[in-house]
Amino acid sequence: MSRIEGVMKALKEQNRKALIPYITAGDPHPDVTVDLMHTLVRAGADIIELGVPFSDPMADGPVIQLACERSLKHGTSLRQVIGMVKEFRKQDDQTPVVLMGYLNPMEAMGYEVFAEAAADAGVDGVLTVDLPPEEADDVAPLFTKRNLDAIFLLAPTTIDERVRAIAEHSSGYVYYVSFKGVTGAAKINVDEVAEKVAHIHEMTALPVGVGFGIRDAETAAAVGRVSDGVIVGSVLVDTIARNQADTEELKRALTDLLHPMREALDSLAS
Amino acid sequence: MSVKLTEEMLSALPDARGHFGAYGGRFVSETLMDSLMTLEKEYLQMKNDPEFQAKFDKDLADYVGRPSPLYFAERLTRETGGAQIWLKREDLNHTGAHKVNNTIGQALLASFLGKKRIIAETGAGQHGVATATVCARLGLECHVFMGAEDVQRQSLNVYRMKLLGAQVHAVESGTRTLKDAMNDAMRDWVSHVDDTFYIIGTVAGPHPYPLLVRDFQSVIGREIRRQAMEKAGKLPDALVACVGGGSNAIGMFYPFLGDENVELYGVEAGGLGIETGQHAAPLCAGRPGVLHGNRTYLMEDENGQIAGTHSVSAGLDYPGVGPEHAWLKDIGRAHYVSVTDNEALDGFRMLTRVEGIMPALETAHAVAYGVKKAAEMDKDQMLVINISGRGDKDIHTIAQLDGIEI
Repeated sequence: MSRIEGVMKALKEQNRKALIPYITAGDPHPDVTVDLMHTLVRAGADIIELGVPFSDPMADGPVIQLACERSLKHGTSLRQVIGMVKEFRKQDDQTPVVLMGYLNPMEAMGYEVFAEAAADAGVDGVLTVDLPPEEADDVAPLFTKRNLDAIFLLAPTTIDERVRAIAEHSSGYVYYVSFKGVTGAAKINVDEVAEKVAHIHEMTALPVGVGFGIRDAETAAAVGRVSDGVIVGSVLVDTIARNQADTEELKRALTDLLHPMREALDSLAS
Repeated sequence: MSVKLTEEMLSALPDARGHFGAYGGRFVSETLMDSLMTLEKEYLQMKNDPEFQAKFDKDLADYVGRPSPLYFAERLTRETGGAQIWLKREDLNHTGAHKVNNTIGQALLASFLGKKRIIAETGAGQHGVATATVCARLGLECHVFMGAEDVQRQSLNVYRMKLLGAQVHAVESGTRTLKDAMNDAMRDWVSHVDDTFYIIGTVAGPHPYPLLVRDFQSVIGREIRRQAMEKAGKLPDALVACVGGGSNAIGMFYPFLGDENVELYGVEAGGLGIETGQHAAPLCAGRPGVLHGNRTYLMEDENGQIAGTHSVSAGLDYPGVGPEHAWLKDIGRAHYVSVTDNEALDGFRMLTRVEGIMPALETAHAVAYGVKKAAEMDKDQMLVINISGRGDKDIHTIAQLDGIEI
């Protein structure tokens, strides 16, 4: 059983929901990323999505675009990001880490080399925004072979036939994009999400995490109620942007943001 | 040239997933997949629909002014002293470039699909103008995304778009040029996917765009075939076109791919020189990667981050290229070369002075290489340069380089 599967199973048994924060690796500086990952875990993260910065993040809004730019200013490479996970694993061998990003840095590194290094460092899953399953034939088996979960996106526009096909290619969880738009936009409609996620649940046994548009305890609880987990990105990245100068202050701010979401999610169980 | 492509091979490309060999494909986030699959299905149906084709042909004739002439550049030929140089006059099209062939086709598709809101990216502004033009004609809402740097260096075209009723969005992210405009157009599309049609201006992007843009632009090459037979009694020996994304080049080349004796030359922007790294020549100096929905040659660093590009011409200032060109390069069917900013400017001046035809700076790259190539060829040979656009939009840039304020 993969680390992600284990965590998801344990949460389900406790009737709890997964809290999955996203930060961009190397933002605001490569030296603080591992520290921030531990902070996220202490504040209640079940799984961490660690963003691999890319020069052209087409699916992201301005908040994550700027995070990529801040990170790339320091020359953060995919190899370095994998190194950060390796460093993180020295103190934490429980919390699953999913690398999330775009295909080209992986292609440049070489898929086999990447998969080997990622698995070796203790990465648990890979979510490539611009890699639909149709194009993943050569890549996905390299992940499966090393017990790396391939996590794919589902969207409001995904027809049933594709939901089934995508779920078949996925392991760990599927990531449901809550609205038609880029990250950081505020247009989530919880009723629509509830309906769609319930429908997805009819088609796959995999846990469904929901991302895009979750910004506070209230939205986290509302979405947590209808899914297996919530993914929180832009609001955390924006907090990083506003507290770049002082790492201690930044860690406090991230905790203040994430912890109430944890409590709100856990209050659903009682 | 030795590569022989049969009809059968050509009709099998792209394959069902939009691949040209190792290139092309559909690398986008899930939200867009449904729209792309619908577009593909509808297009493949319409492609064989006589009513759609008749409407497209009529618009090309009566609105664009096709066929565009194939003109024998007698004086340029004499001065060059080599092969006969002929010019395919896409600059005489309505709106002044080849771009309108494609926007007519895609706007027709959009109307058939019932989409009322149109978005487009633009570099030099020619595609933006061509899109704004067809939107004005069809009464469609039009949003054009343009890098902030390009907004500045192509101000004339920005104003034209505004006059045509389009909203021009200056893109401030990244390198503030064409690639960033395309990023923002994709972001807009994902946010308005239900009512919006994205008119991509070149033969890049996710499948089916490289296919449908190529089909719409192929009118260029089909006309050249017919006109060459009529006027010279034979097919040309060489075709030359500039390559940014590569739509005018593929439109010119495609109908000749099976003619192994016709040499194909795509001219990329060499900028300050390939050796300086300050250029926009992914086929000459890049390597395969994935950007903007397709796998193709890219300019990138060793970590897979997309590199900044440089070209005096905004329309060629792009780090990628259409996937069909990537394939044609690998199989050796087409040659890809580069021309520096300065050589292109010389080409601009030469065509202006010798033939009284002022080419766009993008086109000037093809002129510069075409003249060089013609000089190496025999006098009884025939070389065609695609004059993909006219140079009015670049007058400010040229004047500035000459130190003149206008």
